[in-house]
Amino acid sequence: MRFHLLGVTAMVSVMAAYGPALAADDTPVFRLTLKDHKFDPPQITVPPGKRLLLIVRNGDDTPAEFESSKLGVEKVISAGREATIRLGPLTPGEYPFIDEFHQDLAKGVLIVSKE
Amino acid sequence: MLAAALIVFREVFEAGLIVGIVLSATVGVPGRVRWVGAGILGGVAGASIVAAFAGAIGDALDGAGQEVLNGAILLVAAAMLGWHTVWMARHGRELAMEMKALGRGVAEGSRTLMALAVVVGAAVLREGAEVVLFLYGIVAGGDGVGAVAVGSALGVAGGALVSFLLYRGLVAIPTRHLFGVTNTALTLLAAGMASQGVGFLIQADLLPAVVPRVWNSAWLLDEKSLLGRALHALVGYTDHPAGLQVMVYVVLLGALLWSTRAVTRGARVARA
Repeated sequence: MRFHLLGVTAMVSVMAAYGPALAADDTPVFRLTLKDHKFDPPQITVPPGKRLLLIVRNGDDTPAEFESSKLGVEKVISAGREATIRLGPLTPGEYPFIDEFHQDLAKGVLIVSKE
Repeated sequence: MLAAALIVFREVFEAGLIVGIVLSATVGVPGRVRWVGAGILGGVAGASIVAAFAGAIGDALDGAGQEVLNGAILLVAAAMLGWHTVWMARHGRELAMEMKALGRGVAEGSRTLMALAVVVGAAVLREGAEVVLFLYGIVAGGDGVGAVAVGSALGVAGGALVSFLLYRGLVAIPTRHLFGVTNTALTLLAAGMASQGVGFLIQADLLPAVVPRVWNSAWLLDEKSLLGRALHALVGYTDHPAGLQVMVYVVLLGALLWSTRAVTRGARVARA
């Protein structure tokens, strides 16, 4: 029982710590477009330690699936639509992503800079 | 044709593993094929609906509709599995050992068959929606319908074969051990589905990750390789799990093992 209580306390305090960040309006926004099953730009650099929004527009007339196991994202984007992906805070490094429906062509990488 | 065959095989294979386990977990329960069949058909119908409304679902709930739907489907399936494993711990032994009790047990058994049909439906729906969207994409992209149909048929046949082999392998286990093995498999499946469901809710920002990536085991086993996918479907393997996913997995696995053990022990004491 004590373990459960500890777990709940830990979760509540973590949620409280994250809470205000969720509502912040100054979240930086980054944009990507899929055209002819390629990401434009194929490489995108973002700051570390910040929550951010990645907006991916599918400019093709077939569905796509944005996927990155390192980012923990798996999202279908219908033809001509935009998907908003909430990310972060991320530690510096490279985070590859693909369109799973066209993984031979559609490859990209999100680079989280050192500072 | 090859692209269609590969992706259909991959998704049918993932859902098929779950169907194989459910079928071997219900050996001897009449009506199981009908229930599992209903689960598959319901899943296919659900997948077509989800694929048809993919755009609207994606835009719903401030863009988090897809994650919430996926998360909810997985959590419902996990809840059904949890209920089934606890129920089986109480009655499975009787079903296996006392043939006399079968008549009474079967009536109750069909209730958990419904729960397992929901699990099969959820698995087929999740994998099926991707297949439908992908196939729509390659047909719209100019591949002939005939080639895509042949490729898909090959993919379904291959995936179904793997599912059948898993089933045959499991039912070859002697009956007195079979319930233990399948119940453990269903418990791991429940923990895996719950942690994947939580993963979608983290992606939607409805739950905190706690720790973004607890470990990175992609170098050891890529989650997107065939073995990685199999383990992802069966036991919820993820190469970059979030902290909350690991917590949910461990707590649920522990709780299910503890409660099935307590129930089994309780039943034994009651009988003595």
